[in-house]
Amino acid sequence: MIFRRVGNWPAFYWRTPFGELERLKRQMDLLNEGISGGLFREPSAGVFPLMNVTEDKDSYFVRAELPGIKSNDLDISVTGDTLSISGERKISEEKGDVKYHRREREAGKFSRIISLPSQINTGKVEAKCLDGLLSIILPKAEAAKQKQIVVKAS
Amino acid sequence: MTESESKALQSKEKVTLNIAEQTKPGVVFTPAVDIFETDKELTLLADMPGVKSENLNIGINKNVLTMSGEVEPPEGENETDVLMEYETGKYFREFTLSNEIDQGKIDAVLKDGVLRLTLPKVEAVTPRKIAVKTA
Repeated sequence: MIFRRVGNWPAFYWRTPFGELERLKRQMDLLNEGISGGLFREPSAGVFPLMNVTEDKDSYFVRAELPGIKSNDLDISVTGDTLSISGERKISEEKGDVKYHRREREAGKFSRIISLPSQINTGKVEAKCLDGLLSIILPKAEAAKQKQIVVKAS
Repeated sequence: MTESESKALQSKEKVTLNIAEQTKPGVVFTPAVDIFETDKELTLLADMPGVKSENLNIGINKNVLTMSGEVEPPEGENETDVLMEYETGKYFREFTLSNEIDQGKIDAVLKDGVLRLTLPKVEAVTPRKIAVKTA
């Protein structure tokens, strides 16, 4: 789920300048989950991968942490204003006779669709995966770009 | 569910860690690790997305293996946040090694955000099969 800027509503979910508050809130949510079984949990969580979306005046930037996922195991597609990412994280079986002490890393399939606040230029989307960090640059469609209007002095 | 069947991945909050002696501001996470052992070596795999090899430090001090990795914020200067679901920060984790690790031969490879540490065991500890000859 994406939090859009609706009208003039205060932007409580933006990280700046409430970064610390937001983190506190998330930690409170984690506590709540322990107590009430996740009743207060945001619906956005639980879908892998977690994503960060930022924008500048020309594009949106979508980032996700996907350690150990090869680019050919990823399937990314865009339509209009939605971005969908799916893939599979594979953890190769170790050869021979191995004894596990710890197994915290997980493998499995995932898919996620997010809708962006405005239309994007689907022809110019770029994606790269570096050091386990996927970053996708989605240029905004011409119609969605902000236009500066010059006020003329009479 | 069978072992080979691929299950759906669930997102997990990164585990934060509180280190008392932090002089730099920022969040510290403990990376998820797999550790397994064979007769010859111990292997450790750690997920550290976003860490570049020059920002990764691995050290051994008195049988304590320390891994730490810094993540530079990937966001550009002119970007404003739209949706933030995860944070970036530092990764830190320590393990106590047993004496049987040959500390001079530790090998580390960082690929696609996954660190693979190979810790060979000291020769003397690797079990040796003794062939019994018939006279």
